[in-house]
Amino acid sequence: MAQFVADRLRERFPDAVQRVLDQRGDLTVWVARDRVHELLAFCKHDDGLRFDFCMDVTAVDYQPLGGDPRFAVVYHLYSLSTGKRVRIKVGVPEDDPVIATATDVWKATDWFEREVYDMFGIRFEGHPNMKRILCHHDFQGHALRKDYPADLRWRLVRPDDLVNEISPEEMERVRAGAERAFSD
Amino acid sequence: MVFKDAVITPEEMPRTTPVPDQHGQPHPTGTGQAAHAGGRPVAPRAGRVSIERFAGEELDELTEDPLSEELLVINIGPSHPAMHGTFRIKCWLDGETIVKAIPEIGYLHRCFEKMSETHRWQEILPYTDRLNYMSPFLNNVGFAMAVEKLMGIEIPPRAQRIRVILGELSRVMDHFVCIGTNLVDLGALTNFWYFFRGREEIYSLLEHVSGARMMVAYGRVGGLMRDVHDTFDEEVRGLLETLPRYIDDVDRLITKNRIFVDRTRGVHAISGEEAVDWGWTGPCLRAAGVAYDVRKVHPYYDYDKFDWQVPIGTTGDVYDRYLVRMEEMRQSLSIVEQAIDDLPDGPVNVDDWGVAPPPKDAVYNTIEGMVAHFKLTFEGIQVPAGEVYSYTEGGNGELGFYLVSDGGGRPYRVRCRAPCFAIYQNIGPTLEGCMVSDVVAIMGSLNIIAGELDR
Amino acid sequence: MGLKDDLVHPGGEPGGWPVDESPKSVFTTRLEKMVNWARAGSLWPLPFGTACCAIEFMSVVSAHYDLARFGAEVVRFSPRQSDMMIVAGTVVDKQAPILKLIYEQMCEPKWVISMGVCASSGGFYRAYHVMQGIDELVPVDIYVPGCPPTPEGLIYGIIKLQEKIQRGEPSRFQEIRAERRAAEAERHELVAT
Repeated sequence: MAQFVADRLRERFPDAVQRVLDQRGDLTVWVARDRVHELLAFCKHDDGLRFDFCMDVTAVDYQPLGGDPRFAVVYHLYSLSTGKRVRIKVGVPEDDPVIATATDVWKATDWFEREVYDMFGIRFEGHPNMKRILCHHDFQGHALRKDYPADLRWRLVRPDDLVNEISPEEMERVRAGAERAFSD
Repeated sequence: MVFKDAVITPEEMPRTTPVPDQHGQPHPTGTGQAAHAGGRPVAPRAGRVSIERFAGEELDELTEDPLSEELLVINIGPSHPAMHGTFRIKCWLDGETIVKAIPEIGYLHRCFEKMSETHRWQEILPYTDRLNYMSPFLNNVGFAMAVEKLMGIEIPPRAQRIRVILGELSRVMDHFVCIGTNLVDLGALTNFWYFFRGREEIYSLLEHVSGARMMVAYGRVGGLMRDVHDTFDEEVRGLLETLPRYIDDVDRLITKNRIFVDRTRGVHAISGEEAVDWGWTGPCLRAAGVAYDVRKVHPYYDYDKFDWQVPIGTTGDVYDRYLVRMEEMRQSLSIVEQAIDDLPDGPVNVDDWGVAPPPKDAVYNTIEGMVAHFKLTFEGIQVPAGEVYSYTEGGNGELGFYLVSDGGGRPYRVRCRAPCFAIYQNIGPTLEGCMVSDVVAIMGSLNIIAGELDR
Repeated sequence: MGLKDDLVHPGGEPGGWPVDESPKSVFTTRLEKMVNWARAGSLWPLPFGTACCAIEFMSVVSAHYDLARFGAEVVRFSPRQSDMMIVAGTVVDKQAPILKLIYEQMCEPKWVISMGVCASSGGFYRAYHVMQGIDELVPVDIYVPGCPPTPEGLIYGIIKLQEKIQRGEPSRFQEIRAERRAAEAERHELVAT
C-alpha cells in the first residue's frame, strides 16, 4: 500500500521526490519546495491516491541537529476512501522561509499554516490571512524555533484594533452583501 | 453613504409581518421573520421602516437615521457568559444577522509543544491531560500510544483493556459536558445538573483508580500508572446501571422538545464533502454523514472485537450532532460492558525496566532494579531516533500526535493534532447569515475545548 | 450571630463606608458587623473561567457540592453585578488585558480568588505565553492551590474569604490602593518641600 503511493508519486514527479522512507508503518516522502503545490494538488485529485483529508500541517526545526535546510514543513494526508496515509516533508531554508500555500487544495490547511507561521516564521505565499493565530499580536519572534528560549515572555501593551481590522474594500464588500440580502 | 435605493416600502415588507396602514400604526417589533430566498431567516430592518413611517413620504436627508447604514460591531468573548472556553468572535451585525465574523483564538495558548521539548517523555503526560480537559484520559492514551509506536513496544492485554474501559468512560464524560453546556446556553439548565451528577459518579471511579478526579495522568508509556483497585469491577458495573438513566432523562426532556428542535434543526448544516475538506473529524463529521471513526476504520486495542456501531447523521446540523453524541454515549457504555466482562489478568506494564519502573522490592534488593530506577528517574525513557504519527479517536475526533525523537530522554518535537482546531476553522465563513443566537447553539455543538484548540 | 466582639476596624479607606475616627458607638460597630456578615454571606461570584479549573468550578456549583449553601449561588457573568471574581484556569498573556478590563469594571467592594496553581503562579507552565500568576495584574485575596483544586478545596477557599470579610479586614484591592495613595502622598510632600 505504501509502496503504491510512493511509486505513483515518483512516477509523476520524478525530479521533485527527493527521498522516500518507510519507518514504523509510516510512509514519508521528501519533496522539493518548488513542486510541492503541484504535488499536493495531485495527491488530492488523482484517482489512485485520493487524499481528500489534510490532517495536519506542521513544521520541524532541525537547527541543533545541523539540518540543512533548517526547517521541514510536514503535511499529513489521509485518504478516506482508501485508508492510506502519507507524510509529505518539504525542506525550507532559513534565509528564505517561504513556501506555497495549500489553501486552494484543502480548506483545512488555513489555520494550520497560520500556526506554522506563528510558531516558526515560515510564510505561506498566497494564504488569504497570513497573521499570527496563537500568540498575541505584540509577540516577537517565533516560539517553536530551537533558538527561542522557552520562558521568554512579551507583555501585551497595545489593545487590538477591533473596528479597523477589515480593510475598507472588504468593508464595502460586506455592506454590499448585506444590502443584497434584503433587496431581493 | 446613503442607500436610497434599498429603502423598504410598506408594500415590499416581508409577508409574515402585517402590512401596516397609512395612518402610522406602531410597527410590531420583534415579530415577522421572513424566510429569505436562500432559506435563512432574516430580521426586518426595524429602524429604517419606523423612520419611514414617521416621515410618511420618501426619506428625507434630514430625517434619515445616520446609524442605519452602519453595521453594528460586537465582540463575543473571550470572556463571555456562554459556558465555553476562551475564544473570541468579532461580529459585524446588520440587525440580528451576522454579515461578517472573524474568530480569534490563542487565549489559552499554554505552549504545550514547547513544554514538551523541555521535559522528559513521561513528564509530558500531565501536560496531555490538560489538552482536552473534558476527557483527560483519552489524551494520555493517545500520547502513550504514540511513544509506544515509536519505541515499537506493545502493552499487555490487561492494560489495553483498562485503557479501553476508562477511555470510553472519559468519552462519556466529554459528551456529558458538551451536551450539558450546549443546553445551558440554549436555556435548558436542568440537563446540565443531570449530566454533572453523572460526571461526578465517573469522577468517583477515576479518583479511586488514580487519585485524581479530573487530571488523572493515569496512562503511562508502557501501560498504566498502577493496577486498578479490587472493587473496580463492581464500581464500573454500578456506573453502567446509573449512567444510562441520566442519558435517558435528558433524552426524554430534550430530544423531542419543540423549542430545542426549532433552535437547532437546520442550524449550521454542513455536507460531508465540505466537512472533509475542512479537516473535520469526530462527532461533528459523523453528523454530516461520513462514517469515519478511528476506532472502527483503524482499530486498536480490540475495538474491532467488540460489538458496537458508529452513529451517523444526515444533515450535519446542530440537532444531528446532539443525536450522534447521545447515541455515542450509549455505544460507549455498551463497549465498557463488553470490556469489563472479560478483563484479562496479568501485568499492567510492559516487562521492560527501561520503560516501566521496576517493582519496589527489586529496587531495594537488587542492583539491576536500583540502577534501572535510577536511570529512569534521572535520564527518563530513551526513545530511539525517528518520527511517527499516531492517531486515536479523542472526544472530538482524530487526536494525532506527531513525535520526532533524536534518541534521547527528551522529545525533539511533539506535535498535537487537535481535532477542535480543524473544526473551528470554518466558523468565520459559516456564521455569515446566521443570527447571534445561533452562534451560541453552534459553538456548543462543535464542542470547542480551548485547551485543545490552543494547546 | 456568633461574631467576635473585638472587631478590627477596617484599615485604609473602606470601600464606600465612611471612616469614623470618633469612639465607636455600639450601634455603629454592630452595623459594620452586620454589613460584613451580609457581604460574606451573599458573595456573587464572577467565574472568570478559562481552562480546566472552570470545569471543577462547574462541579462546585452543581448539585453534588452545591456552592449555594454558602450564599454564592448567584453566578453572574457581568462584572457590574458581581463582587467576587474567581479566576479559574490559566491566564495567558493574550488574555491578561481582558482580565484587567473585567476586574476594573467590578464595583467595590470586590475580592479575587485565584483558583488553581495556574492562576496563582503559572502552574507548571513556565512558558513564553503564560502569566506567572494573576497577581502580576490584579490584587488577589485568596489563593487556592491544586491542579485542579478539589471542590472541597475551593469551598474551603471561599469560606476563608468569608471569614476574612467577617473579620472586617480590607480586601487586597483596598490595601494596595491605600499603599499607593500613601506613596503618592509622600511623593507630593517630597516634591512640595
